[in-house]
Amino acid sequence: MSGRNIGEVILDLNNISLSFGGVKALTDISFNVREHEIRAIIGPNGAGKSSMLNVINGVYRPQHGEIILRGEHFANMNSYKAAKAGLARTFQNIALFKGMSVLDNIMTGRNLKMKANILQQAFWLGPAQREELEHRLKVEEIIDFLEIQHIRKIPVGRLPYGLQKRVDLARALAMEPQILLLDEPMAGMNVEEKQDMCRFILDVNDQFGTTVVLIEHDMGVVMDISDRVVVLDYGKKIGDGTPDEVRANPDVISAYLGASH
Amino acid sequence: MSFFLETLLGGLMSGMLYSLVALGFVLIYKASGVFNFAQGAMVLFAALSMARFSEWIPQWLGMDNLFMANLLAFAISVVVMFTVAWLVERLVLRHLVNQEGATLLMATLGIAYFLDGVGQTIFGSDIYKIDVGMPKEPVMMLENIFEGGILINKEDFVAAFISALLVVALSIFFQKTATGRALRAVADDHQAAQSIGIPLDRIWVIVWCVAGITALVAGIIWGSKLGAQFSLSTVALRALPVVILGGLTSVPGAIIGGLIIGVGEKISEVYLGPMVGGGIEIWFAYMLALMFLLFRPQGLFGEKIIDRV
Amino acid sequence: MFYRENGQFKTSYQADQQIFPIPQDRWVILGIVAFAFFGIPLLVDEYLFRAILIPFLILSLAALGVNILVGYCGQITLGAGAFMAVGAYAAYNFLIRVSGMPMLGAILLGGITAALVGIVFGIPSLRVRGLYLAVATLAAQFFWDWAFLRVKWFTNDASSGSVSVANLQLFNWSIESPTDKYLFCLGILVVLGLMAKNLVRGSIGRQWMAIRDMDVAATVIGIRPLYAKLSAFAVSSFYVGVAGGLWGFVHLGSWEPAAFSIDRSFQLLFMVIIGGMGSIVGSFFGAAFIVILPIFLNQMLPLVGGLFGLEVSIALVSHVEIMIFGALIIFFLIVEPHGIARLWSTAREKLRLWPFPH
Ligand SMILES: Nc1ncnc2c1ncn2[C@@H]1O[C@H](COP(=O)(O)OP(=O)(O)OP(=O)(O)O)[C@@H](O)[C@H]1O
Ligand SMILES: [Mg+2]
Repeated sequence: MSGRNIGEVILDLNNISLSFGGVKALTDISFNVREHEIRAIIGPNGAGKSSMLNVINGVYRPQHGEIILRGEHFANMNSYKAAKAGLARTFQNIALFKGMSVLDNIMTGRNLKMKANILQQAFWLGPAQREELEHRLKVEEIIDFLEIQHIRKIPVGRLPYGLQKRVDLARALAMEPQILLLDEPMAGMNVEEKQDMCRFILDVNDQFGTTVVLIEHDMGVVMDISDRVVVLDYGKKIGDGTPDEVRANPDVISAYLGASH
Repeated sequence: MSFFLETLLGGLMSGMLYSLVALGFVLIYKASGVFNFAQGAMVLFAALSMARFSEWIPQWLGMDNLFMANLLAFAISVVVMFTVAWLVERLVLRHLVNQEGATLLMATLGIAYFLDGVGQTIFGSDIYKIDVGMPKEPVMMLENIFEGGILINKEDFVAAFISALLVVALSIFFQKTATGRALRAVADDHQAAQSIGIPLDRIWVIVWCVAGITALVAGIIWGSKLGAQFSLSTVALRALPVVILGGLTSVPGAIIGGLIIGVGEKISEVYLGPMVGGGIEIWFAYMLALMFLLFRPQGLFGEKIIDRV
Repeated sequence: MFYRENGQFKTSYQADQQIFPIPQDRWVILGIVAFAFFGIPLLVDEYLFRAILIPFLILSLAALGVNILVGYCGQITLGAGAFMAVGAYAAYNFLIRVSGMPMLGAILLGGITAALVGIVFGIPSLRVRGLYLAVATLAAQFFWDWAFLRVKWFTNDASSGSVSVANLQLFNWSIESPTDKYLFCLGILVVLGLMAKNLVRGSIGRQWMAIRDMDVAATVIGIRPLYAKLSAFAVSSFYVGVAGGLWGFVHLGSWEPAAFSIDRSFQLLFMVIIGGMGSIVGSFFGAAFIVILPIFLNQMLPLVGGLFGLEVSIALVSHVEIMIFGALIIFFLIVEPHGIARLWSTAREKLRLWPFPH
């Protein structure tokens, strides 16, 4: 990949270990993410990829390890701190607000930036009204960017899977994140939808300089769009490097061969 | 000292009854994820059925044998409770599979209202007697240990004994029989259980039947003490904090929780009540459960769950 | 033909963000409110005001409150009755203990007190969900039932918690006749109803719904459950508390704790389920339904029984009533979880396209 200036390390994960009861989901994992890069996490099912993202943005609390975000140490990250610090994410099993329209779902992404208090909202006073309009404009930009104008007012529950994934991305983008965590954004999509999604991810990365951490099973896609790849297996890190390096790594090859047999 | 012991024993005995009702909650919750608010209505319904049939049968058959009348009434009431269980599965639960807990809870609230209405329409809404020959007179115990001994109500004693027996029987049923194992499989994982060929609908009918039986026994015990009357339907509300303490998914939790609440209620009422004007046993258990929730949301024995995303 | 959206293109997002974006809706609602204020007082007799309209207005307000919590924020409550009681008794205390306290001021302060109490009892919602939360709200119910019965200070030493309020006055308007009472309640309902509508369409409303639909995802986009849930408890309890004050002051005049028992809590929840969870109009439908059904049954059942030569007692009517409530709850949960409001909007959509359904 060229054109972008990959910068300094922006996110650093040190010796992360996480377990659920007896299950060790992650064991002593360290890796880093540089500014503006696209960083992929791959690995067989149950390897701990989603858990890794959940640790990064504070959904799970690891028993050991620390997260350093732009030089700041987070001993115990939580979701709110993560959101404030500019992390946004999408979910493997779409976690949209299914009783709300597409527009409202995306508007929730602006929540952190909305300041009108509850009384101003109750009486729909100037500040509340202005704010609502201002953020609506921003959200409309994202809607245009992801080409979902036609479904604005539809409750998300009624949308087909591929579009729901897109709305999930739209909601994350509405936060104007610095780091975007994507958990299998293309799973279950057909080729055409995958191509669209790839294009969106690359555009986001390119136009807004957003750093992307991406979990994906489709090796073709991963090798195509990512700058560096981390490989997990049974909660352990077994590989880390450029796509070419990872592809040549014997541990990775055997993990994948082992997993497919 | 002997007064304290009396209070304690009284608490333990009413606690045993709470355990019984709580067990009904836990069974249904484990097998179907339903928090059965209608458990109290089932107790009332069963008690009314028992009371009225034992009154009607001698009239219909022109006989005068109390034992036979009770036996027949009991048999009929069992059938009635089974029918209720079957109808609940057919008409309600089956259509609400995979709904959220709160929705199911509200549905059982609907069932509770419906049962209360039907029960009183069919059986009437007065206070009816249930006379299964429970001993009424109090007895003295441990006279050689304490001065004056301690006074115990034989009726409470028998009631606690029967409840304990049923609780033990159900635990064995759960642990040892094939049906019990299937029930536990369903409780652990609905989908997995279904995929190995355990019929969910049948399991549900069975747990509701079992819950119906616990309701019937509780109804008879309480009914013979207080009369079969509308206020019986509130025992479920009294037993609710029990399952919170014990954890919704734990049978031993239900039993121990029941005892704790029974004792806590009695002791607080006797020692704390007079200070604040009495009548506190109604909310005391709830406050206890609430405090507890704040520190251990999953209950004494329930397992902690971290949401997957 | 006259009711349609297509063809009316909105030219700005501003127009799209109005409280009722479809012009016909605006006119219809304005019409209904105008009729309620000016038409109904001319048409209706005292009995209807007392038995139906005033209870309907007050319970609608309470149902709105419950709907904010249950329908919008997804936090179940079985203790709404207790918050009505807190509203009513707090208002009573403000009225008699603070000299010169105006009646409306007392009722609003009662609502604020209920909101504060609501926040306290909402704290468990931060730790527990669904079933467990239901227990926390029941704790509130039983505690306040007891408190107003036994703690004499709350009721100014009245025996068994029965208190009364007379001579309602708003500035120079003496609210005595049923018509006055009706207009007073209507005024409050309209104002609070519009405020509720504004809240649920704004950012706080979206936070509530986000927490309801998927709380993990909500926290990940920076919604604080603490703020979202407790604000829902506060706003909800405020509405319910004001409704409690009105129920005591305006509808009953004198009351005891039993007026706000657990049955009241269930009734409020039922209104929301039947009317439509997460719908402002649904709250009105639910309240209307629950106020009217018993009256309807009281009239109808003896007639129907008469046809078959049966005597229908009052007790029987009340048993049939709870039976029907129970059955309806189950029916709505299974068949139409969004309640009458959804039936209504489906009908409206049909009307919107009429007569060309394509
Ligand atoms: N909330 C949880 N509670 C208990 N165990 C969990 C939880 N989340 C994950 N696990 C366990 O941790 C391990 C790693 O799971 P994780 O979802 O991170 O894997 P993954 O790499 O994302 O797999 P997949 O490719 O299937 O999405 C698994 O064994 C899983 O069962
Ligand atoms: Mg995963």
